[in-house]
Amino acid sequence: MENEAGALSRVAGLFSARGYNIESLSVAPTEDPTLSRMTLVTVGSDEVVEQVTKQLNKLIEVVKIIDLNDGSHIERELMLVKVRAVGADREEIKRLVEIFRGCIIDVTDKSYTIELTGTSSKLDAFLEAVGRSAVLETVRTGASGIGRGEWILKV
Amino acid sequence: MSVELTGAEITIRCLQEEGVQCIFGYPGGAVLFIYDELFKQDKVRHILVRHEQAAVHAADGYARSSDKVGVALVTSGPGVTNAVTGIATAYMDSIPMVVISGQVPTSAIGLDAFQEVDTVGITRPCVKHNFLVKDVTELAQTIKKAFYIASTGRPGPVLVDIPKDVSQQKTKFVYPDKVTMRSYNPVVKGHSRQIKKAAELILSAKRPMIYAGGGVILSNAAPQLTELTQLLNFPCTNTLMGLGGYPATDKQSLGMLGMHGTYEANMAMQYCDVLVAVGARFDDRVIGNPKHFSNENRKIIHIDIDPSSISKRVKVDVPIVGDVLDVLKELIKLLKAGKEKPDQTALKEWWKQIELWRERDCLKFDRDSKIIKPQMVIEKLFNITKGDAFITSDVGQHQMWAAQFYKFDKPRRWINSGGLGTMGFGMPAAMGVQLANPKGKVACVTGEASIQMCIQELSTCKQYKLPLKIINLNNRYMGMVRQWQEFFHGNRYAESYMNALPDFVKLAESYGHAGMKIERPEDVEGALKEAFKLKDQLVFMDFITDQTENVFPMVPGGKGLSEMILV
Repeated sequence: MENEAGALSRVAGLFSARGYNIESLSVAPTEDPTLSRMTLVTVGSDEVVEQVTKQLNKLIEVVKIIDLNDGSHIERELMLVKVRAVGADREEIKRLVEIFRGCIIDVTDKSYTIELTGTSSKLDAFLEAVGRSAVLETVRTGASGIGRGEWILKV
Repeated sequence: MSVELTGAEITIRCLQEEGVQCIFGYPGGAVLFIYDELFKQDKVRHILVRHEQAAVHAADGYARSSDKVGVALVTSGPGVTNAVTGIATAYMDSIPMVVISGQVPTSAIGLDAFQEVDTVGITRPCVKHNFLVKDVTELAQTIKKAFYIASTGRPGPVLVDIPKDVSQQKTKFVYPDKVTMRSYNPVVKGHSRQIKKAAELILSAKRPMIYAGGGVILSNAAPQLTELTQLLNFPCTNTLMGLGGYPATDKQSLGMLGMHGTYEANMAMQYCDVLVAVGARFDDRVIGNPKHFSNENRKIIHIDIDPSSISKRVKVDVPIVGDVLDVLKELIKLLKAGKEKPDQTALKEWWKQIELWRERDCLKFDRDSKIIKPQMVIEKLFNITKGDAFITSDVGQHQMWAAQFYKFDKPRRWINSGGLGTMGFGMPAAMGVQLANPKGKVACVTGEASIQMCIQELSTCKQYKLPLKIINLNNRYMGMVRQWQEFFHGNRYAESYMNALPDFVKLAESYGHAGMKIERPEDVEGALKEAFKLKDQLVFMDFITDQTENVFPMVPGGKGLSEMILV
């Protein structure tokens, strides 16, 4: 979509006005600074998703829409998570971070802050593995998606 | 080499470049510079209303009756919030309109300044698009875009919010010849393969039906709709927004369909085997219950410029996205080129069935009543004006009676708030219609409840000598509310009685207009004739009508089209 003030609120407003769900939404300018790319995750029947797509297309600032589920795609989400890390847990958590291919980006004597990228379910799995009680704080970006192989979203 | 102009001058120059002759507005602090420039020129005429809602309705009526873009000019804050009802009305009915609003200076935005509201935010859900112009160098381009967006594709209102300091700043004025927007390219031409499929389906029909909506009016495709209908000898029904798209006095017209549609139109809708939907959107007042409608085995062709209107409430078989005018032309060409015709024996049978439904005479009413029947007033209005008047309406029973009993043969003659259902629309819209059609006969069919929602415009009519004929069907009730209370709320008429009514005759006279009170059926015709003889004068006609009259047929909410309550 056009990288303009107000474009995001038009999208968000459309979802609330028409009663659609936004599961997650991630947006940033692209290599062309006049354009932003948004990845929006929604849940609905085929009919609802068709209407969502048509309605989004009507927004003047939306340049192009693809449904990533129409083809094979990759999606990734970034999570920063602060966990309690004391005593024997410190080593255990470090091992878990390695297994999940994350990295520890900040350390105190009582906590780790971990950076982790993956699909939403991988991030959920990590939180389960660490144990909910150890988690002090999380921040997640929502999914960003891109088509596999030669499949390119181009304006 | 061009001289530098202020934002206010640029705004007016842009309107001139767009060929705008008439705008409707109300001045205020944030638009003072723009009004100052208006004052200095005489190409764009400004009509001063008495409330911003009326400015937008008037611009709306102007647009609907003329196929031009309506323009309204309002100030910031309350000017804009007053305009919102009008903007939402135009949005629901896809009316091309540009609203220019003043805004507090850019330095004051966000500081809760005097008469500040987040105009772009408040209007966002009810405009096709809106802009806040923060830089005077973008002003001309933005206004050009606004007119382009408003009038192309599925039309709609576009708002341009101009902060006061932007209207003061200077820049070189260049009005762009055209706009190109990578993110906005409305489709015009329908897909030829889809049109071919539609033609094949049409030829296979045994019980065909054409269902035409406001899109036919908006795309100026009434002649093509008529040609197609008559070429095929198919029955045609028009929606509330589509009246006039096919001549109502023609025998192939089944009248209006939907909640208060005719028996024959609704039955034919329900039992057809091929439905051709043209510029209509299967909304809830037409298809009350999509599940009931989908039970029938029928194929649907749907022509619409807005892809999101297709398969929204009712799943269709042959969607054609494109401008109705363009698609109908292609379709007619294709049908004429081929030698084939639909099964004539089956069509004959179908017409026989339709005639049986028509014999039910669903719009009958007591013609010997001693109290004025509202239907009779509309019938007389139709006869006296020879069906050639512009009729605006407010919202409620009178609106439905006008739609049922005034037989519109031409497009852009029936001006009403179909989508939003805005009471107070009728009189201001009629002002716009009269200004767009100075020689036209313009009547506003209204009720004593609706008319009071914008009654202040009697003053505007006086100032600009607008000779409207106001047909007030006065039953001392919010009639449609009363009807629903009678049918669905055990006759408990909660707050629907219109108490403490003014003397409308005296009220009209106090503004310098003519007033008439008509209480006996035998006086109706004479009064109407007399009113239309007063060519240069607004005549407020207060018809004291039957309080108990209801609008029939009626499809109750959520019911199927064939489940009508009949008189």
